[in-house]
Amino acid sequence: MRTIDTKEIKDCVYRLARKAGCTLTSSCRAALTAAKEQETGAAKFALSSLLENEVVAGREGMPVCQDTGMSVVLIELGQDVCLTGAPLKEAVNEGVREAYRDGRFRKSICDPLTRVNTGDNTPAHLHLDLVAGEQVKITYLPKGFGSENMSRLFMLTPAEGVEGIINAVVETVRLAGSRPCPPVYVGVGIGGAFDSCALLAKRALTREVGSRNPREDVAAIEEEILSRVNKLNIGPQGFGGKCTAIGVSCELAPTHIAGLPVAVNIQCHCVRCEKEVL
Amino acid sequence: MRKLTLPLDKETVASLKAGDPVLLSGTIYTARDCAHKRIFALLDEGKPLPFPLKNSIIYYAGPCPAPEGKACGSCGPTTSARMNSFAPRLLDLGLGGMIGKGEMNADVVSAIARNKRVYFAAIGGAGALYGNAILSSTCVAFPDLLSEAVYKFEVVDFPLVVAIDSAGNTIYDR
Repeated sequence: MRTIDTKEIKDCVYRLARKAGCTLTSSCRAALTAAKEQETGAAKFALSSLLENEVVAGREGMPVCQDTGMSVVLIELGQDVCLTGAPLKEAVNEGVREAYRDGRFRKSICDPLTRVNTGDNTPAHLHLDLVAGEQVKITYLPKGFGSENMSRLFMLTPAEGVEGIINAVVETVRLAGSRPCPPVYVGVGIGGAFDSCALLAKRALTREVGSRNPREDVAAIEEEILSRVNKLNIGPQGFGGKCTAIGVSCELAPTHIAGLPVAVNIQCHCVRCEKEVL
Repeated sequence: MRKLTLPLDKETVASLKAGDPVLLSGTIYTARDCAHKRIFALLDEGKPLPFPLKNSIIYYAGPCPAPEGKACGSCGPTTSARMNSFAPRLLDLGLGGMIGKGEMNADVVSAIARNKRVYFAAIGGAGALYGNAILSSTCVAFPDLLSEAVYKFEVVDFPLVVAIDSAGNTIYDR
């Protein structure tokens, strides 16, 4: 049994949030750099601006994007860990609160009806998994909503199969068009149920851009979706071009014999995701 | 790259073609979802607006708080399509144009063509680049909306692309 004070978790969330707000993941940066070489005209101008933007953000100590997002926090908690101190949820929220205050990040969370802002970007969107061992793995994903708004969930029939999955994802990206800040990163959940499928799609976005699912048949679906999406000619910012998506990641879970849920979670080109193991 | 200074005269607007990159300088006003709702409520009640609509440019954006020593924090564009239902009426009332990201619908394209105005696309996600090009920022309305309030910005060399021109051509035709 290992004892961890939740203050350590609060401090970790703080570090991850501060870093994520101001930095792209290295795999995202590499994908944007590669995409720039393929494009011309306004599309190339857009990608050059984005790469320059990250340099300015680093130099000026500013967030890369003003949409510093909804704070999605995924915690894998080893079941041999004994937590002490403030309740876990409070510790996570405090880490977010302090990071958004000190980082001069935008507070983007509000009541869904009155639209009154909570003022500190809390509550965080916390997903907790109990796992074996005595470590705590924390993943911080600030999720912008221009892209979140373009996400969709499909309850396909088993008969629709792989082709149905691919068509659903490509259609989602096509309908999103220029609105989610392409080139996008596409997270896909396949299987599970109505609720867990959407979470699979979100988890897919915590993978490195360009990584492949270890299952060969799933990796082939990822490749096929990427290839078809990049023929849509939406291009960077919707200006037309070869790069509509920088990556596609699919995550799977067993589902019911009667169904084939598919969730598509769209992430803009500004992929920000930081991880740490305590 | 072509440099433009606000306000834009009719000849300049007519010369802008969808796809042209430009660097824009001058005074602009931010407004996004909630601010538009309030502006429409004022219009419906026949009350004056907190900023001049005629020939002004609205930037669909909500900034981050300013870091020490700067006028504004990161401030890239938000998705313009959410303002599709608002833009035509404002254009018909004399709005000079908009800056945002992504396509706008056919009603907006018609309103832009009808009024001979322009819609510029800012590069979504380039928040630091735009924030750094904002020389001054003043909240002119709805401060309770925080980042969604209306801010008056003086900007210099905003990198933009003409996305819908005054003839109704768009860069998004695929």
